[in-house]
Amino acid sequence: MNQVFTLGAIVGILTSAIRLATPYLYAGIGEAFAQSSGVVNLGVDGIMLISAFSAFYVVLNTGNLWLGLLTAILVGLVMGLLMSLISVTLKAEQGISGIGLHMFGLGLSSLLFNVLVGTVKTITGFPSIKIPLLGDIPIVGEIFFNHSILVYGAFLLVPVAWWILDKTSWGLRIKSVGQNPAAADSLGVSVDRTRYISVCIGAMLAGVAGASLSISLLDLFQDNLTAGMGFIAVALVYFGGWKPLGIMGGALLFSTVNAFQLWMQVLGVNIPSDVAVMLPYLLTIAALAVTVNRARQPAALNKPFERGES
Amino acid sequence: MSIKRMFFVGLLICMLAAACAPAPAPAPAAPAEKPAAAEPTKAPEPAKPTEPAAAAPAEKPAAEAKTIKIAVIMPSATTDLAFSQSMYSALKAIQTEMGGEKAMELKYTENMFNVPDAAAAIRDYASQGFDIVIAHGSQYGASVQEIAPDFPDTTFAWGTDVNTFGLKNVYAYTAAAEEGGYINGVMAAMLTKSKKIGVTGPIEVGDAKTYIDGFSQGVASVDPKIEISKTWTGSFSDVALMTEAAKTHIAAGADALTGSSQSVVGSIGAAKEKGGVLWFGTQADQASLAPELVVASQVYDWTGMLKEIIAKRAEGKLGGDKYVLQLKNDGLKIAFNPDYKLPDDVKAAAQKAIDGIKDGSIKVEP
Repeated sequence: MNQVFTLGAIVGILTSAIRLATPYLYAGIGEAFAQSSGVVNLGVDGIMLISAFSAFYVVLNTGNLWLGLLTAILVGLVMGLLMSLISVTLKAEQGISGIGLHMFGLGLSSLLFNVLVGTVKTITGFPSIKIPLLGDIPIVGEIFFNHSILVYGAFLLVPVAWWILDKTSWGLRIKSVGQNPAAADSLGVSVDRTRYISVCIGAMLAGVAGASLSISLLDLFQDNLTAGMGFIAVALVYFGGWKPLGIMGGALLFSTVNAFQLWMQVLGVNIPSDVAVMLPYLLTIAALAVTVNRARQPAALNKPFERGES
Repeated sequence: MSIKRMFFVGLLICMLAAACAPAPAPAPAAPAEKPAAAEPTKAPEPAKPTEPAAAAPAEKPAAEAKTIKIAVIMPSATTDLAFSQSMYSALKAIQTEMGGEKAMELKYTENMFNVPDAAAAIRDYASQGFDIVIAHGSQYGASVQEIAPDFPDTTFAWGTDVNTFGLKNVYAYTAAAEEGGYINGVMAAMLTKSKKIGVTGPIEVGDAKTYIDGFSQGVASVDPKIEISKTWTGSFSDVALMTEAAKTHIAAGADALTGSSQSVVGSIGAAKEKGGVLWFGTQADQASLAPELVVASQVYDWTGMLKEIIAKRAEGKLGGDKYVLQLKNDGLKIAFNPDYKLPDDVKAAAQKAIDGIKDGSIKVEP
């Protein structure tokens, strides 16, 4: 166990953790926007998949990473509009339509991958950028300031999202629609429009999350690339109490424990690998059970709004 | 919600569900519709006239030899550059050799991570009258054992394992993955400069385990002091974690990596990003993923075994035997990557180890 706590290993664990947290951050914060407005979008994983594929495919053919990222965002937007149409305009059960959206994304991304690409290929994704000065600080520089641009973006998103949700009138409107849509409506806030925008922001961020996998962290696409990450992101929103900072805490906790268990295995610490693999999930469940503050949950979460009802 | 609206929403969800049909649990008939475009290696389709195959058989006179119908159920995609692809390309090669779809009908169901879905597919194919049903995954053993007695005229083949359950219509097959592992280990040990080698895999079972056991023996035969560290991610499909595991090995100082799994592509990606890290492949030739750093791959060649099963079935023997792919019987081959400049002494040592295993002078324990 001693060797796990050497400097090299600790730096390695934290560097991995920052990297691994990236897709969860984008997807989780995006989901926080949707949920704050009262819409649970369980289709995050599907959006991530289809966006991950789109970004990968564009980069594979054009070599243009920014074009790939833009495509992922646009595809996310289209998926967000679809989710909004089903759950806001048509007022379908949110859980069911989200699962439908997930399956749609999973199926379509696999199908397109098989037809358009066929076999596993790799691309050159966003490179690591060492931030001048900060990147030269020993230890800290290595852990925090030597990542790809999408990793920095994920962490910059945290204060930005906090500011939007907590400090702007627009954020207040999103939350009022999630807490008490009838009251917001009576004050002239368009519930449907606010929900559309929030769900679409969430979906576009899920698109970035997908792109962060396929064109930054892994540089490839494969069937079911996300392996359920989108669902973990949804759980992280509850974990983080619908606050960007809380979501970041949850994402970092999950990714740190995951990185820790990989390092334990590499260093030959003698515990069964099955136990090591379970660790992050066990810890997340435990933390979830202890910390979730239901009081913060948007009161109208999961409830379609119909003027005159309720 | 009004009735009309509910109907519309229901319709939309149905459309969504229909659109995603190919992924999770397709009926065995469905997947056959998409292989044509996905198959990059050979193109038997253009050769035949415009008539789709399915429409023809009823009216055809029975002049030509009876078409043999083979179905295969695989845990991952036919394009995984590993386990499933090794089987699919072998079957395609045999099909081409036998004279295309008229001589051998081939259907497959891929991505059957979920065993109950796979069991349903196995039973469906058998009841549709397929002659040989191949359950390509050690996790499908119990399903084959349960289903095979219900279809005494169908041949079942499954692997990787050697257990035919005492059934007369079941063949079992496996690969002596430790043999190629040993060869890769010898080369890795000679090529590593940091004297640290990383191994990534999904779960410590089956040929993933025997490959790595053989690899470790090969490394030790050159230099027992070399450190080999292993990570198991617990999942056959989590590419992100597999990639991070490889990055962890590299951060810990490893300069040669190997592993056995469908999600191995992630590790290759990680090695490629870092540069200077070598990769040793197994199950299929993985050189195409990163020509500059894949040294060699152990390739499973199932064609010999499959041909034997087809021939035996034609003679009336429906099952009961087991097959082990070995270097000796050409079921296993070492594919050296022509784009990687392998030093002569390393290549010679590898060749010597291959010969040693073939003639029995080197014993590799699984």
